[in-house]
Amino acid sequence: MEPDVSARPDVRATIALAVRGLRATRGETPVLRGVDLDVATGEICALMGVSGAGKSTVLRAAAALQPFSAGSIVVDGFALQPGPVPPESQLKPLRRRVGFVFQAHSLFEHLTVMDNVTLAPVHAQGWTRERAREVAGALLETLGVAARSSAYPRQLSGGEAQRVAIARALALDPHLLLMDEPTSALDPARRGALGETLAALADQGRGLLIATHDVDFAQDHADRVAVLADGVLVEHGPARDVLANPTHAATKALLEA
Amino acid sequence: MTPLPRAAAVGAIVLIAACRATPADQTTRPPLRWGGDAEGGAPFVEADPADPSRVRGFDVEIAGMIARGLGRQPSFVQVAWASIGQSVDRGDFDIGLSGIEDRPELRERQSLTIPYFEFREVLAVRPADRDRFRTLADLAGRRVATLGSTAAYEILLAEQARSKLTPISYDDDVHPYTDLVAGRVDAVLLDHIIAERRLRALGGFVIQPQPVATGHYVGVLAKSNAALRDSVNAILRERMRDGSLEKTFRGWEVWDDAQAKYFQRVLADTGVAGRPAASKAGASALSYLPSLLRAAGITLVISCLSMALAVVFGIGIAAGRVYGSPVVRGALAVYVEVVRGTPVLLQLFVLYYGLSGVVRLPAFLAAVIGLGLNYAAYESEIYRAALEAIPRGQLEAARTLGLSERQTLRLVRGPQALRLALAPMTNDFVALLKDSSLVSVITVVELTKQTAIYAANIGSWVVPGILCAVVYLSLSLPLSRFARRLERRWSLT
Repeated sequence: MEPDVSARPDVRATIALAVRGLRATRGETPVLRGVDLDVATGEICALMGVSGAGKSTVLRAAAALQPFSAGSIVVDGFALQPGPVPPESQLKPLRRRVGFVFQAHSLFEHLTVMDNVTLAPVHAQGWTRERAREVAGALLETLGVAARSSAYPRQLSGGEAQRVAIARALALDPHLLLMDEPTSALDPARRGALGETLAALADQGRGLLIATHDVDFAQDHADRVAVLADGVLVEHGPARDVLANPTHAATKALLEA
Repeated sequence: MTPLPRAAAVGAIVLIAACRATPADQTTRPPLRWGGDAEGGAPFVEADPADPSRVRGFDVEIAGMIARGLGRQPSFVQVAWASIGQSVDRGDFDIGLSGIEDRPELRERQSLTIPYFEFREVLAVRPADRDRFRTLADLAGRRVATLGSTAAYEILLAEQARSKLTPISYDDDVHPYTDLVAGRVDAVLLDHIIAERRLRALGGFVIQPQPVATGHYVGVLAKSNAALRDSVNAILRERMRDGSLEKTFRGWEVWDDAQAKYFQRVLADTGVAGRPAASKAGASALSYLPSLLRAAGITLVISCLSMALAVVFGIGIAAGRVYGSPVVRGALAVYVEVVRGTPVLLQLFVLYYGLSGVVRLPAFLAAVIGLGLNYAAYESEIYRAALEAIPRGQLEAARTLGLSERQTLRLVRGPQALRLALAPMTNDFVALLKDSSLVSVITVVELTKQTAIYAANIGSWVVPGILCAVVYLSLSLPLSRFARRLERRWSLT
């Protein structure tokens, strides 16, 4: 059932994430008021906006971590409906299609790096331990943290922890990778390295949706930028165009921040 | 059937003994304070059913006779039976009278009156065993119950070395007989007046006619109080002679021909009355060490098994309270509150004696289950708090990876919660190690009980107390160390 990297057809042209008319509330307060957004495979899309603009809500709704009240979300062919989050047993196909990298990494503190990465393949997908370790080893190697396989999360630097979190999210080879504020804890040099890593992931045929308010990072590494303000997308287009010639006040505010 | 209600009724008040002193006796002399244990019950000392603030019994009447003979008012002081000797030494009262047996150890430490009653140690057995268990020798390999800190217990301990019978010590003289009838023990060895009284009240067993030994009841005074002892002896002899004692004993239905012969012997030969055989006291502290270590082993085994039970049940309860339906959550919350809100002592009594009509648990098993289920309530609260302390991000990460809720609990939330729970768990285990001393109320002889027996025998708590504390510390300190090391290794941050 799991995707096979070598046998994957060319998916560059397909849509990894399609969001239509997305509405969500926090209590009685509307957070999203009709968001339309596509992420194609092979591209990095930066979802920008000031804190509280609703960036995380889009990501969390797409990962079925929180409900939404109207609209639709289709992830690599798997459709989520408005209303309460369905039980996990119905979300198995979604879990294989979406990887999520949390802002605070949320690595499992009691497990080694290797066990963090192999946990889902072994227990949620039923892979053999050998196969899971092989795949995890290759991922960690690619991300440059293979040497830390037997370390615990508390022993990692911020950059290492983030790369391990990416490896964990990629273990099931999802077509869509969601990242929440990946640069918030990185120094400038590390940001460049992260950008290269993400570009490589996109080149493998994945769609990346990255919530960020880091203008420099978006400018340097994103293919496309969508700016969220007051619950709607106010600006949308190729990164260089949007950030070089902002038309909306919210985008200008971001650039000045 | 538990002694609790009676203990509560008795213990709450300091009682003034019934007395009918003549006006001429009522002088300015201080009252004669005498100590006894009303929990021991009739015919010795018991709370008067008509007026529970007063006591009655033949020891009460004898105290009255002595006080009148001294021209003083009797004043009753309630004291735990096994502590009478040490209490009189402390000066809590002038004389102890409560069916106290004349024993060599006592004779060495205290001034004893002449014996005022001769009793026989008799065996009680179930009717079916009437022909099988006639003497102690017939009871090899069997469980024989008695009251702790008594001559009967000493006899059983001596017999244990010879015939491998198992002495079971109780804190009261009712439950040995109920447990005999219930089949938990095979015989009871106690004073014939206790045996006969329980036979009338309870039935279901027979008393073997051949006594195992004879013994005597005496009054006990501080060693330094020999002068008062001599006055008391004179009064007791006079009351034997004039029939007052006989009248009292008849009133309490404990007078018989053997008693009459004994009185004649005392009055004829003032020197030898009931002097016990050669003293075997003076056993060194070292001789108690093996039994203390054995008892420490029992304490450790009970604590470990109870803790294992508490951990398993505690995890189940915590999981039910975090993940269960509202009905399950409510039921478990009630369990936790009821168990935490009532004394573990009460729970042990109910489990062992209260339920004996439904399920007859062996004492050791009842102790493990009682402590285990009690501590499960506390452990469950620790685990519940620990489960709820795991950051939401960890659980969401598990969800995005496709782990089911059950897998998340087993692989992520549970293991992390266990690490958080380690320190409070260690704390609870150390507490359990000490709380396990409570199981002595259901006849399990563990470290504290063994120490109390030892202390009663040598008449001092100093050496036994220190030894006991050292053993408890040598159990709990390594445990705390081990837990600290584990905590460091498992540290999540």
